[in-house]
Amino acid sequence: MYIIESSKVYDVIVVGSGAGGGMAAKVLAESGLSVAIVEAGPFFDPTNAEQMTQLKWPYESPRRGASTTRAFGDFDAAYGGWEIEGEPYTRNEGTEFDWFRSHMLGGRTNHWGRISLRFGPKDFKRKSIDGLGDNWPIGYDDVKPYYDKVDKLIGVFGSKENLDNEPDGYFLPVPKPRLHELYYINAARKAGVTVIPSRLSILTKRINNDRGVCFYCSQCSRACSAKADFSSSTALVFPAQKTGNADLFVNSIVREVTTDNEGRATGVSYVNKGDRQEYQLKGKTVILAASACSSARILLNSKSSQHPNGLGNGSDIVGKYLHDSTGSSRAAFVPELMNRKVTYNEDGVGGMHVYSPWWLDNKQLDFPRGYHIEVWGGMGMPSYGAGFGVTEMNKFVGEQVGGYGNKLRDDVKRFYGAIMGISGRGESVAQEDNYCEIDPSVVDEWGIPVLRFNYNWTDYERLQAKHMHETFEEIFDAMGATTLGEVPGKEQDYGLAAPGRIIHEVGTTRMGNDPRTSVTNKNQQLHEVDNVFVVDGGPFVSQADKNPTWTIMALSWKTSDYIIDQLKKQNI
Amino acid sequence: MKTMLLGSLTGGLVMSGCSPEEAAEQTVTPAETGGYGRTEAEKLRDNMLMEAEFFTEEEVDIIATLCDLILPASADFGSATDAGVHEFIAFIVKDIPDHQVPLRGGMMWLNHRSIKRFGDVFTKATVAQQKELLDEIAYPDKATPEVAQGVKFFDRMRNLTLTGYYTSKMGIDDLGYQGNRPNVWDGVPEDILQEHGLSYDEEWLSKCVNQENRDVMAEWDEDGNLLT
Repeated sequence: MYIIESSKVYDVIVVGSGAGGGMAAKVLAESGLSVAIVEAGPFFDPTNAEQMTQLKWPYESPRRGASTTRAFGDFDAAYGGWEIEGEPYTRNEGTEFDWFRSHMLGGRTNHWGRISLRFGPKDFKRKSIDGLGDNWPIGYDDVKPYYDKVDKLIGVFGSKENLDNEPDGYFLPVPKPRLHELYYINAARKAGVTVIPSRLSILTKRINNDRGVCFYCSQCSRACSAKADFSSSTALVFPAQKTGNADLFVNSIVREVTTDNEGRATGVSYVNKGDRQEYQLKGKTVILAASACSSARILLNSKSSQHPNGLGNGSDIVGKYLHDSTGSSRAAFVPELMNRKVTYNEDGVGGMHVYSPWWLDNKQLDFPRGYHIEVWGGMGMPSYGAGFGVTEMNKFVGEQVGGYGNKLRDDVKRFYGAIMGISGRGESVAQEDNYCEIDPSVVDEWGIPVLRFNYNWTDYERLQAKHMHETFEEIFDAMGATTLGEVPGKEQDYGLAAPGRIIHEVGTTRMGNDPRTSVTNKNQQLHEVDNVFVVDGGPFVSQADKNPTWTIMALSWKTSDYIIDQLKKQNI
Repeated sequence: MKTMLLGSLTGGLVMSGCSPEEAAEQTVTPAETGGYGRTEAEKLRDNMLMEAEFFTEEEVDIIATLCDLILPASADFGSATDAGVHEFIAFIVKDIPDHQVPLRGGMMWLNHRSIKRFGDVFTKATVAQQKELLDEIAYPDKATPEVAQGVKFFDRMRNLTLTGYYTSKMGIDDLGYQGNRPNVWDGVPEDILQEHGLSYDEEWLSKCVNQENRDVMAEWDEDGNLLT
């Protein structure tokens, strides 16, 4: 399978097999083009019993699911994490950025929250509204046909709500709320916060004969053996391979895009992690979908006499405008949810059945961008950490904290399912001086220069997080709940998660009409190299108060159609 | 499985006094077969941890004694050591080394306290004396500053015992958790709704899945209205 220099010239080389890469590979392979998919991690198939964690019990892990070896616990499907041995990254002093990488077939789609929101018309034109950042060179109407196609191909449940900036789509029916979610609905409404059924790419109803229907184990983060949630492998990459037009190269980490004397791309070079040898693949077109930061890294490392500052980086914009969603959370004890009858299974789908889209007008507020609210709680499966601090709950009901003996059994059961959490996930304002760049002095174990991050939140994000906590308290008050812990204040940045922690990082190869201030054009094509495209979160001009995956896939499909057309016309 | 059966009788004996191979053989539980979706690197790490030892025999005895004082058997369910919690704790200190010094030092603290008050180490004290020692450190709000370190230690032991127990099969049965199996979610049962004075409103319900049609292929009209 592996060759030092490929004799075959692929029509398209796709780097990365997550949401963006998987979609491009599928659309292009199905159009009849020859496609090479190059993935840095191992092969992964959610239906493979050897790799499966779905429906395992906590006691099947000696650490009971603790997060020692996998960042989100033993049963989470993502290989990789915040740190990967042998593949470091660095940060400029005094700045923060945590980078979650999942090197495996399907990437982070194997464990993600499946929250699948379209960006609304306003989300593409924020500068016109608040004067900050930049507008996208495209609008909702350009992307809408592709959102429609993604809905039908991948499947997403949701409800038609006719809300201003939360476009409806082709939805599957939603699951009924759980008990704690009914409490949330009532409390949110009392607090004046909009609440609607959530929108997740989980099949509550059959959409084709290749994938199954959800069986409500709540374990989408473990990747679904029934293919009833969206993972890039089962929904995109395997169908691409089925055409016979797509070759998959796993454990292959791309070093750079290779170029000819005119500066056009000729393919990629990569290191095979198995034999540590370097290989070259030839392609007429190169599509980067390695994740916003990894794709920026590849471009910056692709230096040549034609591109001395890195490929497509004459503008010096590659890596800049890196931005993640904001995040802050609060938990509370809900007295009405004490002493629950554990007579039924409320696992439901993976994640929440209800949520709150942004419901206010920022013109009336002291911060420019919105956030949505996610809800968690319920009688979930115990794992490492279950029972920690349970006797402390007694202080909320006027009883003694601490103790030992069979009284503890009662404590565990009385408070089981009585904690609810709500989290805000908001839009930050992209800043030129939040960036990743090549660290001049550090390489990874493959000899590839690594990224160095420089990222600081601004008051736009801090004031938004402050508002989140005010909202959380109003909702919990309306519920009669008692919040846990102290509300994070100014000195804790109002509980703002460190940049990167929400794993929605985008913006490093942003699109625009002006090659001096953007890396890609509206087709996600490099301004400076017409046969190189980026179809991950990199081309995002602004991350909305939504999750990026649905937009990544819609834009990847749109770009793929453009590539098919351009190859046909022999323009690239 | 063997150690699960031997349970509280042997305490730390199983993990010591035999070769690593034998120990690994004897402590096999479903998890240790690697059958929970591990990568090769994770299997290697698991095996390395399984073969390593941290606690001494005496320490595992103290852990086991504390486990069963914290969670003795109830009328319906076995004790913490019946559920193998002491073995879980012996493993988790190797997996999460941050537990090592607080637990080892905490046991030394407890033995010191026991010797000072009753003339012998904790495991040699009578059950009544052991409970007297725990009464000093098990209630953070009324504990004296003199035993503050003991309170911290006991809190950690209680947390690990509860987490070990309620993530075991026995503990999950005791808790009554009904999930982790294929099923069809169709909302909160009526009796629970009534108990909470709640109901689903009609408008919301109209958006929800009709589970009878879940296997019927989805089709929409041009406006995105689901037809099936």
